[in-house]
Amino acid sequence: MISALLVMAIGAIVLGAALGWASVKFKVEGDPLVDKIDTILPQTQCGQCGFPGCKPYATAIAKGEADINQCPPGGDEGVRKLADLLGREYKPLNAEHGIEKPKSVAFIDEQTCIGCTLCIQACPVDAIVGAAKQMHTIVADLCTGCELCVPPCPADCITMEPIAETVETWKWRYPVFELKPVVTTSVVTTDHPTRAA
Amino acid sequence: MYNAPYLRQNNSVSRVMLKVMLALLPGLAAYVWQFGIGILIQLLIASVVALVCEAAMLRVRNKPISRYLLDGSALVTAWLIALSFPSIGPWWMVALGTAIAIIVAKHLYGGLGQNVFNPAMVAYAVMIVSFPALMSQWPAPHLSGAEQWQLILGNERVLDAISSATPLDALRTGLHSGHGTVSTVTHGHAAFGWLGGQGWEWIILGYAIGGLWLMQQRVITWHIPCALLAGAAAVAGLLWGIDSAHYAAPWFHLASGGIMLGAFFIATDPVSGATTPRGKLIFGAAIGALIVVIRTWGAYPDGVAFAVLLLNICVPLIDMYTQPPVFGHKKD
Amino acid sequence: MGHTDRAPLLRKLFNFHGGVKPNANKQQSAAQPICTLPLSREYVVPLHQSIGGTPQPLVVAGDRVLRGQRIGAADGNVSSAVHAPTSGCVVAIEERLMPHASGLSAPCVVIEADGLDEAAPRENFDWRSASPDAVRDYLRDAGVVGLGGAVFPSHLKLKANNSIGLETLIINGAECEPFITCDDRLMQEKAREVIEGVALMAHLMQAKQTLIGIEDNKPDAIAAMQAAAQTAGQSNISVVAIPTRYPAGGAKQLIRVLTGIEVPHGKRSTDYGVQCFNVGTAFAIRDALENGLSLTTRVVTVTGNVERPGNYWVRIGTPMHELVEHAGIKPGTERWLMGGPMMGIPMPSLDVPVVKATNCILAGSAELFAAPEPEMPCIRCGECAQACPADLQPFEMYWHSRARNFGKAQEYHLFDCIECGCCSYVCPSHIPLVDYYRFAKSEIWAREKDKTAADQARDRYEFRNYRIEREKEEKAARLAAKTAAGRAAIQASQQTVTGDAAPSETADDPKKAMIAAAMQRAQAQKAAAQPQNTEHLTPAQQAEVNDAEARRARARELADQDAQSIGKTSPSADTPNKMAD
Ligand code: SF4
Ligand code: SF4
Ligand code: SF4
Ligand code: SF4
Repeated sequence: MISALLVMAIGAIVLGAALGWASVKFKVEGDPLVDKIDTILPQTQCGQCGFPGCKPYATAIAKGEADINQCPPGGDEGVRKLADLLGREYKPLNAEHGIEKPKSVAFIDEQTCIGCTLCIQACPVDAIVGAAKQMHTIVADLCTGCELCVPPCPADCITMEPIAETVETWKWRYPVFELKPVVTTSVVTTDHPTRAA
Repeated sequence: MYNAPYLRQNNSVSRVMLKVMLALLPGLAAYVWQFGIGILIQLLIASVVALVCEAAMLRVRNKPISRYLLDGSALVTAWLIALSFPSIGPWWMVALGTAIAIIVAKHLYGGLGQNVFNPAMVAYAVMIVSFPALMSQWPAPHLSGAEQWQLILGNERVLDAISSATPLDALRTGLHSGHGTVSTVTHGHAAFGWLGGQGWEWIILGYAIGGLWLMQQRVITWHIPCALLAGAAAVAGLLWGIDSAHYAAPWFHLASGGIMLGAFFIATDPVSGATTPRGKLIFGAAIGALIVVIRTWGAYPDGVAFAVLLLNICVPLIDMYTQPPVFGHKKD
Repeated sequence: MGHTDRAPLLRKLFNFHGGVKPNANKQQSAAQPICTLPLSREYVVPLHQSIGGTPQPLVVAGDRVLRGQRIGAADGNVSSAVHAPTSGCVVAIEERLMPHASGLSAPCVVIEADGLDEAAPRENFDWRSASPDAVRDYLRDAGVVGLGGAVFPSHLKLKANNSIGLETLIINGAECEPFITCDDRLMQEKAREVIEGVALMAHLMQAKQTLIGIEDNKPDAIAAMQAAAQTAGQSNISVVAIPTRYPAGGAKQLIRVLTGIEVPHGKRSTDYGVQCFNVGTAFAIRDALENGLSLTTRVVTVTGNVERPGNYWVRIGTPMHELVEHAGIKPGTERWLMGGPMMGIPMPSLDVPVVKATNCILAGSAELFAAPEPEMPCIRCGECAQACPADLQPFEMYWHSRARNFGKAQEYHLFDCIECGCCSYVCPSHIPLVDYYRFAKSEIWAREKDKTAADQARDRYEFRNYRIEREKEEKAARLAAKTAAGRAAIQASQQTVTGDAAPSETADDPKKAMIAAAMQRAQAQKAAAQPQNTEHLTPAQQAEVNDAEARRARARELADQDAQSIGKTSPSADTPNKMAD
């Protein structure tokens, strides 16, 4: 009886020690919730969520002050990921904050730009270069497509252009299922068969 | 529009299933030869019920009916059920079992390819738990066709006279009753033949021939059957080595009950089985060992169904831990 | 067979897991000698034809170019130049449809041939006396890339690992894809040149031994190559017949078959002491180094549902329809593939050009390639795993890719998949497995790109906030300092008003002094603040900024010119006519 108790006790102690050691050894480096949420947000910094940037929105979500469906650039997938992370129910994007749009970059018409620097001040990621009274240009690589530079421009020379797909950025599509077998009607054209296909 | 590869091997699910059914024929022939035509009636009942249930479920789940019906998977399930159920059970037993297999074990889990458990074995387990007596009545050899027909119709009055327990059952009851050794139980009992059960030797030979053909056709790999038989033989051999008076010999185990059917046709069901080579070995060996354990100490006459179902649960784990090394990542 | 099987008997070959044996269908195109395609009227040369950066165009519309003239300069070292396939006039540099599954366009140099086919003067380059680096640069500028289909710039591969050297140089003549015979014919007809190219590469890489692997269904090529190696007296080069099994011609599989070494995904094979080139590449390297010819032509197999299947010497940039019309289009063709039936890609149209990656054009009809049967659920039969040459578990990858569970798919080594198609070939459920892998891979790449962009945006956003914060603080500090200094100055001036002789203007009016000082500071501050948002730029971004500045400068000039003489503007003000290197 006593030996059994002893065995149990020793077992418990050993296991406890092992668990304690493991928890110290394999401690996940403090990745606070805000940072985890922030990595999911698209970092467009557009403010459509009602906060001045992605980080503030992340903070608000973490504190429970904001819902998870307020970021249009993150889109549906973003909401899903947030729901996943926070263990909440998925809900569709709140249209009050805007709708999901294809990714675009800003483009300044260099002929019209008067060099007022207003857009530089608006750009949250410093994607616009230029100096006072000189023409301004947007570094397309850096532009997040937040559209914040569009309204301040007094010359209305900034437009948003959707990013076109190129051979390099093209993605293979999700394989589609053909539920009904295709009736094989062979395309018979003599000169350029593939044009018909 | 579809993409490369544009060449396809001439293979399909229905071909695979057809081959499995062909491979069952030798065993089936031996069955008929040894025990009469009852099994054929059961086979017919199971097939019809399986097709009807399958069609109904496909209808309910809004799937293309003809394509899935023709894949043959429901028929294979039906045949396995018929072959593992007693061939003189009343007709509704095999019908109910088949319906459970198709509706519950297959379609409620998501249909072809999604079932976690082997449908035929689910049916077997459910029925033997619900109707232990009926599920343990096996035909005595050379029962006439008319008598079998009566039994299948549910005419139980003839039952006592002409049915018999399986050798496994007889041995278990004999040993459990406390007095008696393997040799006293088997000696002079009509159910025991020269190796295992009387008549069963031939059926098992038939299954083995079919199974080997399946291997040759590359429908199944050697891993699961070999590991299963080896696992069973190892455990049985160990027990027999310790006490040959109270434990049956390994060859008796291999030649009795559903073990051959299980090794070549049931445990090799790809959907609910392990998939990696090492995983298949573990999966098979564990089933084999469990079969003997259940037969020896369990409350049911045969252990194939429970062993397979238990190991079905472990498949994700087994697969996860036995992933083969990838090209270039092998350790020398 | 005769002497062809002597070497294979001596050599121990290794096996790779899986693989399939589809009907080879090589006889249709393998019988006839390679013909030369007549010159066409127009050539479309895509600038981006190899792995790596897109070359910068060196010509503008209206320029006359000569055959072999460089028209696109390699963009950095991981890139490869492109050349004019014939003499003629550049009519445009514009987006043209690419031979790519996307059906998208990319910048091309369009050349109208003048029919003279005048060659550009050859550069005098003696590779024997040049340094290895110079040879590599030369090959980059000669546009030599892997012609087996991967179009990896060859100059990047021609470098052994310094610490271990190169044990085995492997030359890939396996050509395992059904239907394709361009390497087969090349080896039969140009065995001497290929062997010379191989010897040259072996010399450049200081290879200890060289193995040429050829599938044993090409006895003529094996015989020709063996004879050529013998004639050339290259005892270090052995021609090895390997068993015919798809994909034995995959670089990794061939390395494994010949040496037993498995090169893991993402690792350089030279780190394992081996390197692998295609026979066509060997020929091209020799052409470049010995004859000074840049890569403007290659052998292309045209086969399948065409009147006259065969092989052709085709100039890079030839419109594909000219080539297939030459081979005779047959009715019933449903699709045109670039490459073989196992890995080929469907062409969006025949208006695309032949590029360096075009080893084969395959006309597919319903008889040749039956439409796939409807997809059934995976029954986990494991056929695919048994066929996979990369030892993967394709159905697990399929399962997770299909569920868009990309992390899991990667755990099952999605990126080790070479997209050979063996798994789809054997699957009894007719699942387009490879399509799922291609989908998953491109999604993962896109996500990684998005993530990098987001991280960059976050950094820049945080930096900007920090900068604004700092500026605010500095402003506050300056304000405080300024007021303090001003007071002190006033006090000082008041003290010195009566005392000193040379009273300065500022001293006269302390307030004026303060304003002047403030203006000076403001100016300095402005100068300092302006370039701040262009800190931390990558070279590419810097280049973009510079471009923009240049455009501005030009625009200003134009504006000035306009002011001086209205209407006199040069049309070519926008041509970046810079020579790389
Ligand atoms: S709405 Fe804009 S600012 Fe808000 S989280 Fe989304 S991207 Fe960031
Ligand atoms: S350039 Fe305009 S659209 Fe782009 S990031 Fe800056 S403010 Fe946003
Ligand atoms: S071959 Fe097809 S059905 Fe079989 S396991 Fe692979 S994917 Fe599934
Ligand atoms: S395509 Fe990928 S998964 Fe399929 S067989 Fe080839 S390497 Fe394996």
